[in-house]
Amino acid sequence: MPIHLYVLRRVIFTIPILLGITLVAFVIANAVPSDPINANLPQSQLNNTELVEAFRKEWGLDKPPVEQYLTYLGNLLQGNFGRSIKSRQPIAEDIARYLPATIELATTGTVAGVVLGVVFGIISAVWQNRLIDYLVRAFGLIGVSVPVFVLALVGLTVLHAELGWVAGPGRLGARLTPPPNVTGLFLIDSALAGNWIVFRDALSRLVLPSLVLGMYISGIISRITRSSMLEVLRADYMRTARSKGLRERVVVLRHGLSNAMVPIVTVIGLSYGSLLSGAVLTESIFAWPGIGRYMFRASTSQDFPAIMGVSILIASIYVIVNLIVDVLYYFLDPRIRAA
Amino acid sequence: MSSTISLTPASARRKALNRAVYIARRNPLLVIGAVVIFAWVLAAPLAPSLATHDILAQDIASRLQPPSAAHLWGTDELGRDIYSRVLFGARITIPAGVSVIIIGSLIGTVIGAVAGFVGGIWDEVIMRLTELFMAFPTIILAMAITAALGPDIRNAIIALVVVWWPSYARLVRGMVLKVKQMEYVEAAACLGAPRAYILWRTVLPNCIAPAIILTTLDIGNAILTFAGLSFLGLGPEPTSPEWGRMVAVGIDYFDQWWTWLFPGMAIASLVIAFNFIGDSLRDLLDPRMR
Repeated sequence: MPIHLYVLRRVIFTIPILLGITLVAFVIANAVPSDPINANLPQSQLNNTELVEAFRKEWGLDKPPVEQYLTYLGNLLQGNFGRSIKSRQPIAEDIARYLPATIELATTGTVAGVVLGVVFGIISAVWQNRLIDYLVRAFGLIGVSVPVFVLALVGLTVLHAELGWVAGPGRLGARLTPPPNVTGLFLIDSALAGNWIVFRDALSRLVLPSLVLGMYISGIISRITRSSMLEVLRADYMRTARSKGLRERVVVLRHGLSNAMVPIVTVIGLSYGSLLSGAVLTESIFAWPGIGRYMFRASTSQDFPAIMGVSILIASIYVIVNLIVDVLYYFLDPRIRAA
Repeated sequence: MSSTISLTPASARRKALNRAVYIARRNPLLVIGAVVIFAWVLAAPLAPSLATHDILAQDIASRLQPPSAAHLWGTDELGRDIYSRVLFGARITIPAGVSVIIIGSLIGTVIGAVAGFVGGIWDEVIMRLTELFMAFPTIILAMAITAALGPDIRNAIIALVVVWWPSYARLVRGMVLKVKQMEYVEAAACLGAPRAYILWRTVLPNCIAPAIILTTLDIGNAILTFAGLSFLGLGPEPTSPEWGRMVAVGIDYFDQWWTWLFPGMAIASLVIAFNFIGDSLRDLLDPRMR
C-alpha cells in the first residue's frame, strides 16, 4: 500500500475518536454539574441577566442536547474553547501560552525515558538472568512504583539542595528574562537569539523534571524492550548474522534491535499518555508553567471550561501521537508496506 | 513399585507445599512483595494499637520536629506525630485502591461479557465507548470527573472506577468471544439452557482468570493514581492522614524532609510490593518472559 493511502486511512480512523473525545467532555461538562451556567460562569456574573443570556446563546443552552453538542463542536472547530473562569481569558489563548512549556518538558522527558528504557532493556535481554538483569529490572519496577511527586521531591533534595548539580524549580531563574518568543521553547529560542546564559539556565532547569518523567516511562519501555529483544535474540537470522562473522554490537543493534522495534515503538506511543499524566504532577511540583499546572489549578478551582478545554486538548495530543506511531510502523515493518 | 501412584491427602499437601517453596525460592520478589503487603494489611486494622500518638492531637510547641525517640518519624506543621498518621493513612489508601479495582473490574467484566456474548450492534457500541474512555490519559479524565462531582474520597473512587472499567471490559470481551466458540458451550445450548444461564455459568467462569491476573498487576497502579489525585487536592480533605495528601502538605515544609518522605515511602513500598507480585505472576504464567 502506498504511504499516502496508508496515512489517509489512519487519519480517517482517528476522526471518530476525536469526535468522541469532545462528546465525553461535553457529557461531563453538561450532564454532571446540575446547572451548566453555574458551573461555567463566575459567581459575580450570575446576577447579570445580559451576560447569562449571552452565554446561553453562545453555547446554545436553550436548545435540545443534540443541538447543544453541535454548537459546542462548532465552537471548538473555530478554536473557541470558551473562557476560563479563573483567568477570564479565552482558553485557546491560555493554552497557547502554557503549551510550549509542556511540549518542551514532554519532549526531553520522552527522550530521557526512551534512552534509559531502550538501553536498560537491551542490557537486560543480552545478559538475561545475570545480576545486571535483576538490577535493571528492579530499577524499572521502582521507576513505575514510586509516585512521580516523591521522585521529584527526592531529586530536588539530593540533586538540587544537597549537591547543587541542577537548578531548582521554575522554567527560568528569576533574574533572567525569557528569550524573544519564536517557538515558545526556551532552549530553541535562546539558541536562536544566541543567548547562551539563558540557554544554560533553561537546560539546567529541564534536567531534573525530564529525568523524573523519563524514569516514570522508562520502566514500561525497558520491560517491553527486554521481552521483545529476548524473542528476537533467539531467531535464526541472529545465528546467521553471527556466523557471517559480524561484530556482536552490529548483531545486537542492527539485526536485533531493528527487528524488535515494532512493540517498542507501540509502547512509547502508549506511554505518552502516562507521560502527560505524569506532567500534571511534575509541573505542579516544579512550578513549571505548563498545561499540566494549568489543568491542576483549573480542577482545584472548579474552572470547568478550562478543565474541558485541556482534557480535549490532551486526549487529542495522545490520539495524534498514537497516529504518528501507526505511521511509523509503515517504515519499521516491511510487511505493512506489502499488505 | 506398588504405591507410587496413590496420592494420600497428606502427600498431596506435602507436594503442594514443596511446589510453593520451589516457586518462592525461584521468585524472591514474589515473597518480598507478599511480606510487605501482609505487613500493611495487618497495620491498617491494628493502627489504633500500633500508633504512639493521637493522630489529630496538635502540639504547636513541638511542630516540625525531626525523627526522635518521642516521635519516630518526626512531627508535621501542627506538631502531629507522622508515624501514627502514616499508620492510619493505610486505612484510607489501601481500601480506596482496592475498591477501585474490585468495582472497576466487576463492572468491566459484566459489560465486556455481555458485549462479547450478545455481539452485533451492542458489542460495537460498547467497544467504541471503551475506546473513547481509553483515549484520555488516566489522571486527566479522573481529574475532570472529580472536579465535576466535587473533591472527596468517594468521588475520587467513582472517578477512578469510570477510568478503570474499560480495560477489563475489553479483556473479558476478548475471552468471551473465544470461549463462546467452544463445544461445551454449544452442548449447553443444545441441552436447552437459557442464554443468560450459559453466559453466567458456562462462559464467564472460563473467562475470568486473565481478569483476575490483571487486577494484581493493576492494584499498585490504582493506589498510585488515587494518591496522585489526593496529592492534587482532589481526594480527602486536607486534614486527612491520606498519604498523597500528607506529601502535598509536606511540600510547603520542603526542608523538613520527614514531613513528605515517610508518607511518600509508604505509598512507594506498597506499590512496589504489588508490582513485585504482579511482575512475578506474569513471569510465572507467561513462559515467553522467562
